[in-house]
Amino acid sequence: MNNETLIPKIGVVTDIRVDTPDIKTFRVVGLDGKKVFEHVPGQCAMLSIPGVGEAMFSITSSPTLEEYMEFSIKKCGCLTSWLHAMDVGQQITIRGPYGNGFPVDTDFKGKDLLFVAGGVGLAPLHSVINYCRAKRESYGRIRIVYGSRSKDDLLDYQEILNEWMADPNIEVNLTIDREQEGWDGHVGFVPNFVKELNPDVGMTVVLCGPPVMIKFTLQGLKELGFQETQVYTTMELRMKCGVGKCGRCNIGSKYVCKDGPVFRFDQLDELPNEY
Amino acid sequence: MLKLSLAKLNDLFAAVSAGCTLYLPVDDPSSGRANYRKWTEGAELSRALNTVRSAKDFFFPQTENLVDFKMKGKEIEIIDPRSEQEDFVVFGVRACDARSFSILDRVFLTEPADTYYQSRREHGIVVTMACTRPEETCFCQSFGIDPTHPEGDVSCWMDEENLYLSVNTEKGKKFAELAGGLLEEGGEDAVKAQQEDVSALMKKLPLANFSTGKFGGDVLMKAFDSPKWKELSESCLGCGTCTFVCPTCQCYDIRDFDTGNGVTRFRCWDSCMYSDFTLMASGNPRTSQLERFRQRFMHKLVYFPANNDGIYGCVGCGRCLSKCPISMNIVKVAKSLEGEL
Repeated sequence: MNNETLIPKIGVVTDIRVDTPDIKTFRVVGLDGKKVFEHVPGQCAMLSIPGVGEAMFSITSSPTLEEYMEFSIKKCGCLTSWLHAMDVGQQITIRGPYGNGFPVDTDFKGKDLLFVAGGVGLAPLHSVINYCRAKRESYGRIRIVYGSRSKDDLLDYQEILNEWMADPNIEVNLTIDREQEGWDGHVGFVPNFVKELNPDVGMTVVLCGPPVMIKFTLQGLKELGFQETQVYTTMELRMKCGVGKCGRCNIGSKYVCKDGPVFRFDQLDELPNEY
Repeated sequence: MLKLSLAKLNDLFAAVSAGCTLYLPVDDPSSGRANYRKWTEGAELSRALNTVRSAKDFFFPQTENLVDFKMKGKEIEIIDPRSEQEDFVVFGVRACDARSFSILDRVFLTEPADTYYQSRREHGIVVTMACTRPEETCFCQSFGIDPTHPEGDVSCWMDEENLYLSVNTEKGKKFAELAGGLLEEGGEDAVKAQQEDVSALMKKLPLANFSTGKFGGDVLMKAFDSPKWKELSESCLGCGTCTFVCPTCQCYDIRDFDTGNGVTRFRCWDSCMYSDFTLMASGNPRTSQLERFRQRFMHKLVYFPANNDGIYGCVGCGRCLSKCPISMNIVKVAKSLEGEL
């Protein structure tokens, strides 16, 4: 059954972390207690509850984590509501990995990296960030700009505080949309914050967040002198098969599930704007 | 070349059917329309030009069960519902539909191969039938298909007296073996004469000179941005009929069904013409019928060839020309757009 792409495997949810009011992070292992499969940062998996539905989620954890995989999932539809209602010990189905992932061992190697995320957009970048931290010597500067609606909506806030911000080899800049009691950090939207921070134009950028945030951040980066060939993002579209056959995630001559979900903006320029 | 008197056609079907399941086009007694049916004693081969539904069902059925789940508390059991696939014969496939299989192969057999489709392809013996009376909606020749010499494991020709057969593959040999002593040598001259007659007829068809040659990956954004899509799509009802009768349309949905005794996950044909095709919890990238209409034709004329060595996602069977309720079709779309490319 190993070659079957449409028949999933069983995953066991061994831990559920409440991250924000609408995002939970689920830890998943196989029936044997080990990782169900290996992946590269930026790849995705199809998760499902039989009878409820199946959908594609980015694998939030870094492949360098050997014991399990994690998925940070925002409650926004039918399946995600069901996932949010689960208890530890629940079995789900899982298949993958799908997609190309980020070029962490090729194009990113030796580069200065700027990660820009908004809201749950940190989920797919989390995997790359921790991968790069684990292989720190392979990369130049690492800078993270992350923003959310409020302090309570910052994903992985404890890990950001305790690990990322404590790591002298990376630079973390957080922002929230509006003033909030107990927050003495930056206040304002991500696109403006990126411009204020004025990152070095030699950096390779990984950008993910709500469409409007991506649009204005990209615009701001271009004003600072960045080229589209330097900026990567990861996309989401409706998917059913995950292997470029069911036709749902087709944009132009690409299938997001197999040719993506990671694209550079110059590659997206060659595709119809249907995403 | 082998031949068989038409008086013995029923004997041929009975002999093949004794060895494996045989499907062939049969006229529906009430509607008069042809569709594939399993052969049983008394079933007569339709003389219609083609079946209403394409032959893609044999390899990519309209619905099929992929996997079963049993749920118990927090636990899930996963069951592969498939039984061993047996050999079967599809008889009387026209050249256009035969070509559609090689187009579907490019989707389903590309790594990672779809094993559901793959096992049917491996076990399906395709016996094709040359056309003698092409219709005004036919344009297979636009895609380099020769309906007087159809591809297939076995190619057949039929005149008033005989059926002529050319065995092309190992699978085709199995068909000939099942036919046993019914087939005799001969018929080259009769087939050649028919091919010449029909080829002459092909040149007179209204769509004989239709070409999609201006389309392909090179004109992607130019074709996409054409202002013509608005008027072309204006009357589209989004019914999806074109997709369902199309032998090359292969988009599918996967859904779960609660059987009361577990959950069955099945796939079924879907259509990019439908509004919920791309709908996500976070929104829909194609909200208008224009965008959905454009997707279908762009996929066939531009995106598919861009990924498949210039091969178009159309075989010119003409089903969409005769079935669309608003008389829109790929020929009108291609003709309207090509002036701008």
